Amino acid sequence: MERERVLSIRDLEISFDTVHGKAAAIRGMRFDLYRGETVAIVGESGSGKSVTMKAVMGIISNNQHIDHGSIRYSWWDEKGQKRTVDIAKMSERDVRSKICGRHISMVFQDSMTSLNPTVTIGNQIIEGMLEHYKLSREEAKGRAIKLLEDVGIKNPEKRFKQYPHQLSGGMCQRVGIAIALACDPDVLICDEPTTALDVTIQLKILNLIKKLQKEKQISVVYITHDLGVVAKVADYVCVMYAGRIIEKGSVEEIFYDPRHPYTWGLLSSMPDLTTDSPRLFAIPGEPVNLLHEIKGDAFAPRNPYALKIDFEQAPPMFHVGGKHRAASWLCHPNAEKVQMPESLRIKIDRMLKGVS
Amino acid sequence: MEEREVILEVKHLKQYFKINRKFTVKGVDDISFKIYRGETYGLVGESGSGKTTTGRSIIRLYDATDGEVIFNGRKISGPIDKATRDYLCMNMQMIFQNPMSCLNPRKKVMDIIGEGLDAHHSYKNKEEREEKIYTILEKVGLAREHATRFPHQFSGGQRQRIGIARALVMLPKLVIADECISALDVSIQAQVVNLMRDLQDELGITYLFIAHDLSMVKYISDRLGIMHLGHIVETGTTDEIFANPVHPYTQSLLSAILEPNPKAAAAKIPVFYDPRELGIDYTKGTIHVLSETHQVLATDEEFDKWRNFIKN
Repeated sequence: MERERVLSIRDLEISFDTVHGKAAAIRGMRFDLYRGETVAIVGESGSGKSVTMKAVMGIISNNQHIDHGSIRYSWWDEKGQKRTVDIAKMSERDVRSKICGRHISMVFQDSMTSLNPTVTIGNQIIEGMLEHYKLSREEAKGRAIKLLEDVGIKNPEKRFKQYPHQLSGGMCQRVGIAIALACDPDVLICDEPTTALDVTIQLKILNLIKKLQKEKQISVVYITHDLGVVAKVADYVCVMYAGRIIEKGSVEEIFYDPRHPYTWGLLSSMPDLTTDSPRLFAIPGEPVNLLHEIKGDAFAPRNPYALKIDFEQAPPMFHVGGKHRAASWLCHPNAEKVQMPESLRIKIDRMLKGVS
Repeated sequence: MEEREVILEVKHLKQYFKINRKFTVKGVDDISFKIYRGETYGLVGESGSGKTTTGRSIIRLYDATDGEVIFNGRKISGPIDKATRDYLCMNMQMIFQNPMSCLNPRKKVMDIIGEGLDAHHSYKNKEEREEKIYTILEKVGLAREHATRFPHQFSGGQRQRIGIARALVMLPKLVIADECISALDVSIQAQVVNLMRDLQDELGITYLFIAHDLSMVKYISDRLGIMHLGHIVETGTTDEIFANPVHPYTQSLLSAILEPNPKAAAAKIPVFYDPRELGIDYTKGTIHVLSETHQVLATDEEFDKWRNFIKN
């Protein structure tokens, strides 16, 4: 079956006005999402993963500007015709009334605080349906109760009338998912959906999202820095650093054959259950300050493998086989062959052996 | 095995919070454990299991309802005299979870770190005070010139280093690290963990490490205590717990770890645990000893059942 592109971001540049000057948060981003697939965006805080996805939702703060680029979203309308809009060019009001919730919706990090404490759960779920589908309250209520059942909440009629403070953290997150799915969106963006939850509940929520995704054929974008979550849910992974995607590929390509030194660092610094070396590998230095203009590769100052050219010219995306792309001069055909650190090689070999 | 020196002994610690006349929350309900000198003891559990409360009761941020805490041979719970209090303040320190909210934004780093020194007059003159602060700053990987800055001028990882420096400037014997890496980025977590380990080797510090990230806890701890609903349900060396978990709650916790390995993660089947469904009442359980170091909280029948289950 041919993959159907739902979302495509091209050359996106976003900046913030701050008291210290202009901070370039997103510096030329290219990203594609296909129907029914799951993409995880990984990166440390400040790498721009949330900013990008919030821009897709039309959540733009006052000091934020989209300087360049397009966010194209395609869908089939009621008449069966394919339509495409550029969200970056739409007014905030239009995005709110036509796209948000109806076509693209979001599950937020901390559902305890993202739910409105003064409105019952039921009313928060049906709010979108009344707005987008002009349903009657009765119909909407029926659908909301069905949704609450879908997300695994027992006794939905009773919960419908309750307030967020009467539910536990895991339950609130389920309600957050129900709200996001209320209008049958095509794209679900999950911004760190489980960081505020306990490990035991985390798995339940991830499995739930996966199940609903399969049933409703929606595309899911995960924003996270937890590589364990990525390994569990993602089909494709994009690694972001300083406002750019520096490596992308299928989950196996990224975890078993990483090419970018930053990805090496990320994978090595996470201890798994077999790690017994006395020291963890740590990426040296601090994340870049986006207020300063970045010359060359943003990761170069922290990169022990940096070449001279890294400090002068930003690397383009190199094709390294399959769907795998990496933005590192090390992947240039003329570059000296540099292998990943020995400790990571051993770790990956052990991961591959452990399962087969 | 050689006899190791116990640095902290907690006996039947209870910490209740009275909500109203009829209702009392039992945050920590009768727990006992020992920490040996120079080791790292990890306390793990879900939120609300009482692990932070335990840490705070030990260092007397809360007044313990009942029980005894013995630190280096001195009783530090209940009413204590000034000498014991001074001893406690100088030898037990805490690193907090959120590095931004635990640093006073109006004070310079120099004064944040120096506060403990000031309170205990542990210097002869101004130069000695500065020297002590500079040494500790360099030890945690910061520079001298950072001493004159304010907390907001630092990044998250650097702030956590300041928190560690503040705890270590008194050269404590025991440090309670309460989720001290959960708020940091993955790449920075490794830096802080390495730093804590180096300082442990250099200064012989003992850590009580409170966390919920099991893979990090496994990496850093020598022994573990698994907490649930205010009880320690299982304790043992890290290897014992991971190789041979007996209590169903421990098993469910271990089954929920997400490893950064796509193939293993796909095959993962989580075990769910609800004490009410299994009919487990922690208050009825007693400590059962599996080996010298490995202990489980259970009733006699439960213990037999779980042990047989594992044998099969």
